[in-house]
Amino acid sequence: MIRVQEHDFDPGRELEQLTADNHAIGGVCSFIGMVRDFAGDAEISAMTLEHYPGMTEKQLEAIEKEAHARWPLDATLIIHRFGRLEPGERIVFVAAASAHREAAFEACHFLIDWLKTKAPFWKKESAPSGEHWVEAKASDDAATQRWNKP
Amino acid sequence: MKVLYFAWLKEKTGTSQEDLDLPNGVTDVAGLVAWLKGRGGGYSAAFADEAVVRVAVNQEHVDTDHKLSNGDEVAFFPPVTGG
Repeated sequence: MIRVQEHDFDPGRELEQLTADNHAIGGVCSFIGMVRDFAGDAEISAMTLEHYPGMTEKQLEAIEKEAHARWPLDATLIIHRFGRLEPGERIVFVAAASAHREAAFEACHFLIDWLKTKAPFWKKESAPSGEHWVEAKASDDAATQRWNKP
Repeated sequence: MKVLYFAWLKEKTGTSQEDLDLPNGVTDVAGLVAWLKGRGGGYSAAFADEAVVRVAVNQEHVDTDHKLSNGDEVAFFPPVTGG
């Protein structure tokens, strides 16, 4: 399941709902991305996330489908927020549930790595020097590439 | 076709969305970029460094040699930074 929304989410409740009524699930692994209050040496007071409605949902669904093709998963969830967020706020939530922990850990890691280089979101940071768009990191591309290895 | 701009490409072009007829002689994304640059002003600024511009056609990531047709939705944006 995927959701793109402006409002916050409750991770505990999301995990409960994701795994409810499926007793074949032996483990669930989740990751939460949050807004930091710094970028390098600069203090960050807020972040604004823009996205491409339509393409965002399409890409997140494709990423989720790819995870299910690679690992034996019982359930997955991706929630991504957009709009203005302040330090400490949650940005993204990914979770993967499986009969065994290995698939859950790997799929969770895969989901966030692929999302970071494929889902059309852009972050703009507010710092004392003004607002600026966050630049993509080469390390994010490398993290995605890792999953392309046979 | 519909052309969309996101993040700093939207700011530099001053446009988030526009309807265009596929210009004469333009067959692919690279041709459209060259045509848009030819408008000058914010467009040439937005596409000054083509290496940092990404493109999607009909909401799928594509390369600049992707062929275009008039019903396409073309989007230009910087490398994504979500997550």
